[in-house]
Amino acid sequence: MTTVEAGVAGGVGTSPKRPDGGLKVRGEFAFSSDLWADDMLWGATLRSPHPHARIRGIDITAAVALPGVYAVLTHEDVPGAKRYGLEIVDQPVLAMGEVKYQGEPVAVVAADHPETARRAAARIVVDYEVLPAVTEASLGVLLRHVPIRTGDPDATADVVVTGEYQVGMQDQAFLGPESGLAVPAEDGGVDLYIATQWLHVDQKQVADCLGLPAEKVRLTLAGVGGAFGAREDLSMQVHASLLALHTGRPVKMVYGREESFFGHVHRHPATMWYEHGATRDGKLVYVKAKIVLDGGAYASSSTAVAANAATLGIGPYEVPNVVMDASVYYTNNPPCGAMRGFGAVQACFAYESQMDKLASALGLDPVEVRLRNAMTTGSRMPTGQIVEGPAPVADLLIRVRSAPPAPEGSGDLREMPGGVSNTTHGEGVVRGIGYGIGIKNVAFSEGFDDYATARVRLELIGGEPAVLVHTAAAEVGQGLVTVQAQIARTELGVERVTVATADTSVGSAGSSSASRQTYMTGGAVRAACQAVRAALLARVGGARLDGGKVLSDSGAVIADLASVIGDGPIEETVEWRHRPTYPLDPVTGQGNAHVQYAFAAHRATVDVDVELGLVRVVEIVTAQDVGKAVNPLAVEGQIHGGTAQGLGLALMEEIQMVDGIVRNPSFTDYLIPTILDMPPMKVDVLEMADPHSPYGLRGVGEPPTISSTPAVVAAVRAATGKALTRVPVRPEHIVG
Amino acid sequence: MPELRLRINGEDHKADVAPQVSLLDVLREHLWLTGTKKGCDQGACGACTVLVDGRRIVSCLALAVQYEGREITTIEGVDHPLQEAFVRHDGLQCGYCTPGQICSAIGMLSEHAAGAPSAATEALAPEALTPAEIRERMSGNICRCGAYNGIAEAIQEVAS
Repeated sequence: MTTVEAGVAGGVGTSPKRPDGGLKVRGEFAFSSDLWADDMLWGATLRSPHPHARIRGIDITAAVALPGVYAVLTHEDVPGAKRYGLEIVDQPVLAMGEVKYQGEPVAVVAADHPETARRAAARIVVDYEVLPAVTEASLGVLLRHVPIRTGDPDATADVVVTGEYQVGMQDQAFLGPESGLAVPAEDGGVDLYIATQWLHVDQKQVADCLGLPAEKVRLTLAGVGGAFGAREDLSMQVHASLLALHTGRPVKMVYGREESFFGHVHRHPATMWYEHGATRDGKLVYVKAKIVLDGGAYASSSTAVAANAATLGIGPYEVPNVVMDASVYYTNNPPCGAMRGFGAVQACFAYESQMDKLASALGLDPVEVRLRNAMTTGSRMPTGQIVEGPAPVADLLIRVRSAPPAPEGSGDLREMPGGVSNTTHGEGVVRGIGYGIGIKNVAFSEGFDDYATARVRLELIGGEPAVLVHTAAAEVGQGLVTVQAQIARTELGVERVTVATADTSVGSAGSSSASRQTYMTGGAVRAACQAVRAALLARVGGARLDGGKVLSDSGAVIADLASVIGDGPIEETVEWRHRPTYPLDPVTGQGNAHVQYAFAAHRATVDVDVELGLVRVVEIVTAQDVGKAVNPLAVEGQIHGGTAQGLGLALMEEIQMVDGIVRNPSFTDYLIPTILDMPPMKVDVLEMADPHSPYGLRGVGEPPTISSTPAVVAAVRAATGKALTRVPVRPEHIVG
Repeated sequence: MPELRLRINGEDHKADVAPQVSLLDVLREHLWLTGTKKGCDQGACGACTVLVDGRRIVSCLALAVQYEGREITTIEGVDHPLQEAFVRHDGLQCGYCTPGQICSAIGMLSEHAAGAPSAATEALAPEALTPAEIRERMSGNICRCGAYNGIAEAIQEVAS
C-alpha cells in the first residue's frame, strides 16, 4: 500500500509540539488528583502496620459513628471476586483474615471531607495477631522459576570470573500520587476516571471484583502524573468504585506521598550469582547464573519479570553455553512488579559488572572485551531465538567510547563532589570512566496475545478535512498523544488531527509499558489510517493520495480529498498485533519468546571524593538504536529520563526494608536525582530500521534505564578500586 | 472558623478554613485552583511552588492564614515566556512538576535580577545566569520524568 506522497507538517520523523504541552504549562491539564464532582465524597484507606499478621476481628463501630462518614467497608462488602491480579489472581481487594505486607489495605472509608475520612479510618479497630514475617527471598515460597539451558552445562574455560551482586528495591516515585474519581451510574454501574497504564486490564479486574459485567464499568483516563510501571497494577480502582456504589455518591481518592509508597508495586530486589568463563583472548565460553528476585506478598507481574531476567540475563553477547536459573519468591515484603526495565535492569547490573571483571582478569579494555562478544544480526540468544533485524551492539559501544572525553575539571569548587557544600578543595577527588550496554525486549512476550486497537475517523469539519484518532492507550507523559497524531498526519496527509481522550469505549490498546506503545498503538493507528485511506480511494476508484488530491494510476487528479469526504465521514477500527511470540520450554527455556530487542550503551564519567564517598556524575554519553525516531525530541526526552532513573538506582534510590517494614516512605528519605545530580548528556540516536515494525521503529523508553546503572557504577569502581557489588552504591561502600 | 481572605492572581477569594490548613490545601481543596500540585506535602519536591509578592514559596509548608493581604500568584495567573519555552525545549513529560518548575523559575529569575546570590554564586557582584547557577537555583524542584536538561535549556533561553 502506498503512503501519502506529499507529506504534511507534523508527521512521522518530526517533533511537533505536544498537544497537552500548553495545558500543562498553564496548570490547566486535569490530573487524576484534580477531579471534582458535585456531592463528591472522599475516600481513605486503612492499611496494615504489620508485614504479616492474622486478623482476629475488625471493629468499625467508632469509625461509622463519626459525623460526616458515609461508608466503612471491609472485605465482606466486596460483592464480586475478593481477589485480583495481573497474572495470578491472588491479591485481596481488602484483607481477608490475614495481612501479608506492611501497607496492605484492610478497610476503606468514605466521608464528606478527606480529613474526616482519614480520622474515621484511624478509628477502625483491627485485632491483629502478629505472625513471623518472611523477608528474605531465598526463604520464601517459589512463585516462578525460569531455567535456560543451552550448549554444554559442564563447559570449562581458561579464565573464570565469579561474582555476587545485589540490587536494592527501587521505587517508581512518580510525582503525581495515585488518585481517581468513581461516579455511580444510573444503570447500576460505575464511571471511573483514573490515572493508569492500561484501562482495559483495570476494567476487567474492577468489574470482576464488583460482580458487574465489564460494560457497566467504564473507565476514562485522567491526567497521569508519571507511571514508570507503578500504575500497571490496581491501587484504589476497586476501593473507590465500591465506595461510590455503596454510597450512591461520587467518591474521590487521592493518596499522599507516604501512602503512595505503600500503594504500588516496586522494582524487585535481586541477589545474583554469576560465573563467566572465557578464553584467554576474551571470547566467552560459558555463563552460569542464578538470579533470585523478591516478589513480595503478591504476584503482580513477577512471573514476567523473572522471564525477562532469565532470557536477557547474559546481556547482548554471544555465549555458546548457558546455565541460567531465575527465580522469584513470595515474601512478606511489599509486592514487587513492573518498573521501567522490568527484570532486565537487575540482570544488566550483574552481567556488566562481570564483563568489567573479565576485562580486568584478561588485562583488556572493558569495551574491547564487550566488542569481542557482541551479538549481531543472526546471533543466537540463549533461548535459541535468532536475533533478527539490526543488533548494532558493537557500533553503540564504539560510538560511546569514541565520543570526546568529558571536559577536565576546572578546579571550581562548585563542580566537585559535594558541590556547594564545600566539602573538598580537590583533595581526594578521583575521576573514573565506566561503560555499560544493555538489551531489552519490546512489547509483551512468551505467547501473550499482544494487540492494540485504534479507531480513526476522517471527516469534514468546517469544510476542512480533519482526523479523529481514538484509542485506549494511556498517555503517561511519554508523548504518545503526539505520536498518534503524527502517524495520522503521515498516513492520511491531513494536518488537522485530534487525539480523543483514552477510554474503554474503544477496544484495548494494551499497556503503556514494555516500551511498546509507539510500536503497538502506533501500529494500530497506522493500520486504521491505511484502512480509512483504502476506503477513501475505493469511493472514487483512486490509486493514491497526494497533496489533498485523489489521483489515478496515471497520476491524473480524480477528486479533492474534501469532496470525497463530503459524501460522508469514513471511520475504521482496527485491532493490530505484532508477530506471534511463543512460550519458553519449562525445562530448557528454549523458545522464540520476544518479538523485538532494543539496545543502548552508556559511558559515564564521575568524580569521586574517595575520602567522603561522595560521587558527582560529570557527564553521560549514550548511544541507542531506535530504529526510527518517530519524534526525535520525545526520543531524546525518553533517553534523558531513563538515564536519570538508572543513575538514581546506581547512587541513591532504595526503599530501605528492615524486617518487612519500610523505613523511608518519603521524599526526604527516598532520594531522587535532582537537576544538580543529572549531568549534561551527549545523546547519539541511531536509526537502523527493524524490518518487522511500523516505520522500522524500536521501543525507546526502557533501554536507557538499563545500561546507565552499570556504567555509573563502573565509573565509580574505576575511580575507587572498590568492588561495589550492590546498588545503590552508598558513601560507606566507597570509604569502607 | 474564621473567614480567610486571600488575594490570588489579582482576585479576592474567601474561604472558611481551620488555622492549621496549608496554603496548598486551601488552593486545591477549597478554591479549586488545582493547577498547583501536591507531590510530597513536606517541601521536598517543589511541585507546589507558588509566588507570594513575587517570591517563590512551597505552599505545602505555608499556613494559609499567614498569607492574608499578600499577593499570591499560582500557575493559573502566570503568563510568561517560560511557558512556551518549556514546551519548545521538551522541559516536561507528565507535566506534574511543571507548574512548580515554572513558578520556581520565575521567582528564581527575579531573585537573580535583584542580585540575590545563590550557594553557587562566585562573586556578590551580579553575573550572568550560568548553567551552574540555574541548576543550583532550581535544585528544589524534582522532575521524575528527568526532563532536567530541557528545563535548564528553557530557563537559559528565557534568561538570556
